[in-house]
Amino acid sequence: MTSVPADAPALEMRGITKRFGATSALEGVDLVLRKGDVHALLGENGAGKSTLVKILSGALRPDRGEMRLAGRPYHPADPLHGRRSGVSMIYQELNLAPHLTVEENIMLGTEVHSGGFLKRRDVRKKIKDTLTFLHHPEIGLDVPVRQLSVGSRQIVEISRAIMDKARILVMDEPTSSLAREDTERLFEVIRKLKAEGVSIIYISHFLEEVREVADAYTVLRDGQNVGAGRMAEATLDAIIQLMVGQKIADLFPRVKGRAFGSPLIRDINTRLSTAEADPRGEPGAPAAVDHERGEVALSLNGLKGVRMAEAVSLDLHRGEILGLAGLVGAGRTETLRAVFGLDPRQSGWVEIGGVKALKLKPWQMIQRGFGLLSEDRQGEGLALARSLTDNITLSRFGPYRRWGFLSLKKRSRAALQWMGELKIKAQGSGQAVAGLSGGNQQKVALARLLHQDADVLLLDEPTRGIDVLSKAQIYDWMSRLAARGKGILFVSSYFPELLGVCDRIAVFFRGQVVDVRPAAGWSDESLMAAATTGKG
Amino acid sequence: MRIVRQQTRLQTLINLLAPFLGLILILAIFSSMPDIQSRFLRLANLKSVATQSVIVALGALGMTLVIIGGGIDLSAASNIALSSVVTAYAINAGLPPLLAVGLGILTGGAVGFVNGALITRLRLVPFIITMGMMGIARGVAKWIADNQKIDAPLTWVNELMAKSPRPSWLMLAPGVWLMIVFAVAMAVVLRYTVFGRHVFAIGSNEAAARLCGVRTNRAKIIVYAIAGLFCGLSGVMEFSRLTVGDPTVAVGLELDIIAAVVIGGGSLSGGEGSILGSMIGVFIMAFLRNGCTMMGWPNYIQEIIIGVIIVAAVSLDRIRHRRPT
Ligand SMILES: Nc1ncnc2c1ncn2[C@@H]1O[C@H](COP(=O)(O)OP(=O)(O)OP(=O)(O)O)[C@@H](O)[C@H]1O
Ligand SMILES: [Mg+2]
Repeated sequence: MTSVPADAPALEMRGITKRFGATSALEGVDLVLRKGDVHALLGENGAGKSTLVKILSGALRPDRGEMRLAGRPYHPADPLHGRRSGVSMIYQELNLAPHLTVEENIMLGTEVHSGGFLKRRDVRKKIKDTLTFLHHPEIGLDVPVRQLSVGSRQIVEISRAIMDKARILVMDEPTSSLAREDTERLFEVIRKLKAEGVSIIYISHFLEEVREVADAYTVLRDGQNVGAGRMAEATLDAIIQLMVGQKIADLFPRVKGRAFGSPLIRDINTRLSTAEADPRGEPGAPAAVDHERGEVALSLNGLKGVRMAEAVSLDLHRGEILGLAGLVGAGRTETLRAVFGLDPRQSGWVEIGGVKALKLKPWQMIQRGFGLLSEDRQGEGLALARSLTDNITLSRFGPYRRWGFLSLKKRSRAALQWMGELKIKAQGSGQAVAGLSGGNQQKVALARLLHQDADVLLLDEPTRGIDVLSKAQIYDWMSRLAARGKGILFVSSYFPELLGVCDRIAVFFRGQVVDVRPAAGWSDESLMAAATTGKG
Repeated sequence: MRIVRQQTRLQTLINLLAPFLGLILILAIFSSMPDIQSRFLRLANLKSVATQSVIVALGALGMTLVIIGGGIDLSAASNIALSSVVTAYAINAGLPPLLAVGLGILTGGAVGFVNGALITRLRLVPFIITMGMMGIARGVAKWIADNQKIDAPLTWVNELMAKSPRPSWLMLAPGVWLMIVFAVAMAVVLRYTVFGRHVFAIGSNEAAARLCGVRTNRAKIIVYAIAGLFCGLSGVMEFSRLTVGDPTVAVGLELDIIAAVVIGGGSLSGGEGSILGSMIGVFIMAFLRNGCTMMGWPNYIQEIIIGVIIVAAVSLDRIRHRRPT
């Protein structure tokens, strides 16, 4: 028996290597997690973060490498082993059984029983306490999870992880579908767990958030370590530089002018605008922001779909980005779905370009130039088993169709072009989407919408799980689309991006639109106040 | 806040109501037919329907488990035939009947175990594996029986399916009692045990179940083994009824079994189903057959009606579950 030093780190990962066929996801990666630390794991989309933590939880086996938990060798055979060794995990992609209830999902794999028979009474009380602790007592224990919104599902996953009483808790983008209030509460929980000696690995693309909560960081790029250290001694600038491997100013020389709401992105952009003029840029390239409000493109008149709590009236103009703010479950997603004809309408109607449209199905909406990006990319946004080409071109085959046949070559050429535009990291346009990292999957979903060339875009959390620089690029895309006269409904739980990108912002509260104002008339605080209290 | 629709226990009951109403409807229709109304709901007829249901019902108990777990077992009927042949063979060979019965049941269990092991080891879809096993089990049954019926001496085993059981206070055939006991037991297993909950989780989202630490492979092997054991027991009942081991018996019965589960609310994509529902499904089909026969309607009418009922039941189910996603 080797003696275990008392000050051994909670977790040591050494030389972790993992390949998926031809892709090398990790090449000799190290990670050292001190006891009681919140350790940020950072990197661009596809850098290998999720792969690394899946190896830690036992969901994947490394090809090579060593792991030690508190000094003792640790080689999890499966996730059960990982969980029993005190490693608990919130996976990036939602990891719930849709038919099972909230209670059943939270207890899945750790059911309390005697002789195989379930003992539920104490457990139910504990779950209720946990949900109340997360300020979500409204989530019923006996509701099948498929009836919950993505945000509420995330709360269920968090409850499951914190009920585990783990020694190491891994959170892979836990806040990507949470509203800010919920994020704050999660931080409260993290601090509390930390005080109890739990060590936490925290993956996020919200760098401000990371800065607030993390003690240490490790940065990956293309499956390799490029830096690690204490958070207090690093600047975000330096970290971003590590993530992308080049100077920020060299990245998006054409994004100019707009001061985005997020302090970080504003920071990036001000630096970009003061950087030297782009030598490659065409003279007179359209400034990202200059777009003008045209006539009404879409108008909701007391529209109420079957899943909406209240009727909603709103106007969206051409050339306008209209943000929909609100808490998780405030009715924004349901509104988009009703507009797009995904949910049957109960009352009210939609006017498209001034013409009343009743009972339109999604395919008719697409014909009329509408495009929807779903918040649930794995559930309904993507055909996971199909290739990038199929996914990107699915909603507009027109250009490749001749006599009813598809020109496959043209199609994959178009897909490759969009992959380049959005910097999608993949083996090729023929790879199945399931093998992409979370952020890259999101980019594929977005690429489909851009490829579709819709006139009215309904975007539901479009930047979910996307790294910070790609986000800036997507905002730029949105502004440019608006400049071309397209109307955009932009649902986001991340207020800074709403404030930075939108022309007007409507706030939803309990299914109703409580206030619509130009973006300049809102601030972070007033948005928050309106979203939580329903008063403007 | 979004209105969270509460699915309470009450709602689960309402979900069972549709197949139950279907059963009542069928009973009502036949018992109002002037030709048979005096005989249809008689005790003697009810008893005989119950006895006729035993074989499908036992198969359906296992199939419910398999279907909830997101699988399918196409080898069920062949397995029933194989088990009945093995039982007959063993009795014929002079083994004590109890041992022969045990052997028959275990044969079924072994076939199920092999199904489960292959599905988890080879990572092939259950449809393919059990379709292969459907042929293999039927072939082995014919091989053992040398392509004939195996005559076996009468023993107490043949009383299991007797319509008028020997101690008359039993009222129903011992096989019917066994069916009831096992149905209750399986309902309890599904609802109140960790294993049952894991089966639902696997059928609903296998990847999630695995990541949460459920031993999915082990659970799946157990599911198929249990389904096999029920086929074995069902095979014993088949032998008991026929008094011979017939390798060509029960051809196509797996579809009746699957239909019963589906009529009772089982979803072929997994995660949904109940024992009570499946049993109602079994009785819907049994009463239909019985009623049509009593009416003297030809076989093809029965087949058409059953086909219509399956489609109607499943589409009702979809309407009940209709949700936009
Ligand atoms: N199952 C798989 N099959 C093939 N390739 C995979 C698979 N899982 C991951 N990869 C590849 O491994 C690399 C790292 O992916 P990973 O999911 O770890 O990235 P990530 O850092 O979590 O990115 P994101 O921020 O987008 O979530 C990517 O290039 C991805 O395409
Ligand atoms: Mg990831």
